[in-house]
Amino acid sequence: MQEKVGNPPKDGDFKWVGTNAIRPDGVEKVTGQARYGADLNMAGQLTGLVLRSPHPHARIVKIDTSKAEALAGVKAIITSDDFEEQDPTLAAAGEMMVNYLDVSRNVIACDKVLYEGHALAAVAATSKSIAKKALKLIEVEYELLPHVIDPVEAMQADAPILHEDMITAGVNPPPEKPSNISKQMEFALGDIDKGFADADLIIEREFKTQPVHQGYIEPHACLANVTADNQAELWVTTQGHWIVRAHCARLLGWDISKVRVTSSEIGGGFGGKTVVYLEPLALALSKKSGRPVKMTMSREDTIRATGPTSGAVVKVKIGASKDGRITAGQADMIYQAGAFQGSPVAQGAMTAFAPYELDNVKVTGLDVVSNRPKVAAYRAPGAPISEYAVECVIDEIAGKLGIDPIDLRLKNAAKEGTQTAYGPKLGPIGMIETLEATQATEHYKTPLGPNQGRGVASGFWYNIGGQTTVMMALNEDGSFNLTIGTPDIGGLRASMALMAAEELGVDYKSIRPIIGDTQQLGYNFLTGGSRACFSSGMATVEAAREIIQEACSRAAKLWELPEEAVDYKDGWIRPAGDNAGAHEPISIAEIGRMAGKTGGAIIGNAKINAQGAAPSLGQHLVDVEVDPETGKVSVIRYTVIQDAGRAIHPAYVEGQYQGGAAQGIGWALNEEYIYGDDGKLQNASFLDYRIPVASDLPMIDTVIVEVPNPNHPYGVRGVGETAIVPPMGAIANAVADATGVRFSELPMSPPKVLKQLDLARAANDADLKM
Amino acid sequence: MKHHISFTLNGDPVEALCDTDQTLLDVLRDELDMTGTKEGCATGDCGACSVSVDGRLVCSCLMLGVEMNGKKVESIEGMADGDKLHPLQQKFLEHAALQCGICTPGVLIAAKSLLERNPDPTETEVRYWLAGNLCRCTGYDKIIRAVLATAADMRGA
Repeated sequence: MQEKVGNPPKDGDFKWVGTNAIRPDGVEKVTGQARYGADLNMAGQLTGLVLRSPHPHARIVKIDTSKAEALAGVKAIITSDDFEEQDPTLAAAGEMMVNYLDVSRNVIACDKVLYEGHALAAVAATSKSIAKKALKLIEVEYELLPHVIDPVEAMQADAPILHEDMITAGVNPPPEKPSNISKQMEFALGDIDKGFADADLIIEREFKTQPVHQGYIEPHACLANVTADNQAELWVTTQGHWIVRAHCARLLGWDISKVRVTSSEIGGGFGGKTVVYLEPLALALSKKSGRPVKMTMSREDTIRATGPTSGAVVKVKIGASKDGRITAGQADMIYQAGAFQGSPVAQGAMTAFAPYELDNVKVTGLDVVSNRPKVAAYRAPGAPISEYAVECVIDEIAGKLGIDPIDLRLKNAAKEGTQTAYGPKLGPIGMIETLEATQATEHYKTPLGPNQGRGVASGFWYNIGGQTTVMMALNEDGSFNLTIGTPDIGGLRASMALMAAEELGVDYKSIRPIIGDTQQLGYNFLTGGSRACFSSGMATVEAAREIIQEACSRAAKLWELPEEAVDYKDGWIRPAGDNAGAHEPISIAEIGRMAGKTGGAIIGNAKINAQGAAPSLGQHLVDVEVDPETGKVSVIRYTVIQDAGRAIHPAYVEGQYQGGAAQGIGWALNEEYIYGDDGKLQNASFLDYRIPVASDLPMIDTVIVEVPNPNHPYGVRGVGETAIVPPMGAIANAVADATGVRFSELPMSPPKVLKQLDLARAANDADLKM
Repeated sequence: MKHHISFTLNGDPVEALCDTDQTLLDVLRDELDMTGTKEGCATGDCGACSVSVDGRLVCSCLMLGVEMNGKKVESIEGMADGDKLHPLQQKFLEHAALQCGICTPGVLIAAKSLLERNPDPTETEVRYWLAGNLCRCTGYDKIIRAVLATAADMRGA
C-alpha cells in the first residue's frame, strides 16, 4: 500500500493545499464549546485526588488508609497494591519499548518515593472537599533517605542511590556496583583525533542547561468509567490515546479491547502528554467504586510531578581549519532523567552535529537519575540542549576566524547524501536553502543600535512516521467524513481536510474531519515526533484515493464498462478513452446517493506504517538588547527561517515556527526548576515558573522554505519540533555579540547575566563591550 | 451548608448552590456546566479563566461564588450573538490566532474588555493588556495581529 502514496510531490497549482482555510474545529474553540480534558462530566461521577510525597526521597514503611476509608462519602482508595506487578524488562507499547516497572512506579510509588510530589495513593469521593479531607486522613510512615538533585552530584561515588538495582548499561564489562548512571552511549564517525590534529583552531567549552517544563496551559485531566466486568471508557487529554490504552491496560492487567479511550480536545502537550499519570489511577478508582471518576491535576502538581525535560551538562570541542572547514566535532553530555531512567540523551547525541557534513564526529552521552520528576518528551526531545551547545561554539569559531557565521555554516552544511554520525545518509534537506534565505532577509542586513547584538543558530530534527490509520466515508449527499487517529493540537484537522479536498477535487468544507477513538480506528501512534501532518496526511491521501477508486468502480458498474475505462477529476467521473462521451459525467455526490444500490457504503480505509519522514532544518535570527545595569536581555527582533517541505496550511506552519521560538526564548532567558537544599521545588506555579508573556516578545517573523520531501504525496516534512532547537543558541550568540562576553549557562536571566558582566568588568576583560 | 447565590450570566438570570470556598470559576464550571471558561492554574497567573464581572475583567479563579449575588457576569459563552460571531472571534479564526485553543476563551474575553476601553490600542498596549493571558502555542504574534485587525475593523464599522 505504501508505494501507492509514495509518489514524488506534484508541482505547483494546488487548489486547497497551501491555503489558509478556516479550521474545521475553529468556531467551537472561539465560542467555548470545544470540550477539553476537564470539560466532560457524567451522572454520578466522583472526584479523584492524589496523595503525593512531601519528601524527595524516602522509604514507605506503611500506608494506613483505614481512617480515610471510614469517612462518609469516600468510595475508593488505591495504592500500588491495586496494580499488577510489572517486569523490569522492556516491553512493546505500540512502537515504543517501555520499562513498565518504571511506568508503574512513577504512576504510583511502591516501596520508595523518589521525588517531591511522587504519587503514592489516590482517593475517590462524592465531592472534592471530602476527597481532600480523606487525603489528610491517610497515614503514611516514611523512613527518610538522603536525596540528590544535581545530576553531576548524583554521579559521585558517595551519592544516595535511587535504584539499588541500577547497573550502568553500555559499559563493558558491566560495573559491579549500582549507581545513578543508567546508561552510557556513543555515536562516532571518522577519526576524531586526526580531525583535531588537522585543526588550526580548537575551541572547547562546557555548557549547563536547566530542566524546563512543557508548560501546556491545560493541566492533565481525565474521566474514567469502568463496569464491574472491566468494560472501561476513558476520556482524556492526550497526544496519543492508543498509547494511553496500552499503558493503562498493562498496568491494570486488563485486555486492551476492554479499554476504550477517547481523546478530548487537547490544550497543549509539546511532548508532555505522551505518558500517563492520572489515567490508570482514575480507571482503578472507577473499577473499585463502580462509579465514574473524574481527575484533574493542579498547576502546582503539573509542574512538580510531570514533565519537564532534562537539564544537562554538555562539553563541546570543535576544531576548524583557517578557511572555516570544521575538521572535528566532539560532545560529551550528561542528561538528567529525573527519578527514572530515560532522558532524551540519545536524541541529543544523534542531533548534536546533524546540521553539518563532518568527517570526524564523536558524541558520548550519560543518562543520570536524581530525585526529580521523571522527564517527559518536550518538542524535539534532547536536541535543543546539545545543539545549543554546538551552535554557541560554531559561532565562536566563526568570530575567531573572522568569517560570517552563516558563511561558516554554509561551508559545512549537511546536504543530500551527507553521512550522519547516527546512521542514515540524508535525503534532500534544506540546510543550505534556509541559510541562504536567512542571508537574504532584510533583518540580517539591518544595523544594530547600542547594547544590541545579533545571533544566528541552526536547528535539526529528524522527524518520524509510524503506524497510522485513517477512515474516510463518502456520505449519501456527497459530503465526507474523515476520521483520523492523531490528536489535533494545532490545526491538524484543517491540514487533513485540505489534503483530502485536493485529492478528491471537492470543496474543503464538504469534508468533516474528526479524531476517532481507539474503538473506531485501528492502531495509531501518537501525535509527536512531528509526525501527525506527515503520517496522517499520507494515510488521508491514501484513503481519499481508495474512495476515488471505489467511486470509479461503481460508475463503471452502472455504465457496464470495465473499471479502467472511467476517469475521475474534480469530483466527476467520466467514461474515458474509446468510451469518452458515451455517458453523461456522474458526480461523486450522485455515486454517494446511489451507494446502497451499487454495493453499499463507499469507504476509504488506510492503514500504513508511514515511512520516509524527512528532517526539517531551520535557522533562527535574533536581535537582543542587554541592559548593562540590570543584566536584563530583551528580544527586540526575531525571524524564523525553516524548511517545511511543503506548507499545507501556511498560517499554522508559521504558528509552529512562532510558538517554538517563543518556548525557546523562555528556555533561554527565564525558565528553570529551582530546588531548595531540602530537595523541594520552590517555583511550582506560573507566577514563579515564568513562561514568556505577550509583553516579553516582539512579533516573530517567518520565512517558510519549501524543499519538498520526495517520500510524501504533498512533500510534507514535520515542522513542529525543529522550531524549538535554535533559539537558545541564537540568543546566546546575540547576547555574546551585544556584550562581548560568552555565556554558557541557561537561563540567561538578569542575575546571571549581571554577575558575569560584573566579573568581566572586574577582570578588565578586553572583549567586554559594556 | 451551601450558599444560595443568584446573579446574571450572559444576560440570563442564574441561581446556584455553592460552598464557601468555591470560586466563581468552580461555580461556572461545576455548578452551572458552563465549561467554556478554563482552569489553567487556579492562582490568577494564566488568565485562562478570564470573565467580566460588572464590566471589570477578572480571573474567575480569584473571586468566590458567594461574592456574585446581584452581579453581572459575562463569559465566553455569551460573546457571540446566537450564531453570529463577535468580530474578535471571527478575526481569531481568520488569523489562525489559536492553536490548541485552551487559552482562547480567556484571551478573547480580555481582548474584548480592552477594545471596550480603548478602541485604537497600539501593539504595545495590546501586549501589556494581554500580558496576564498565557499562551504556550502561538508566541502571541497572530493573537496581537488579530486584536489589532479587529480594532481597525470595528473603528471602521
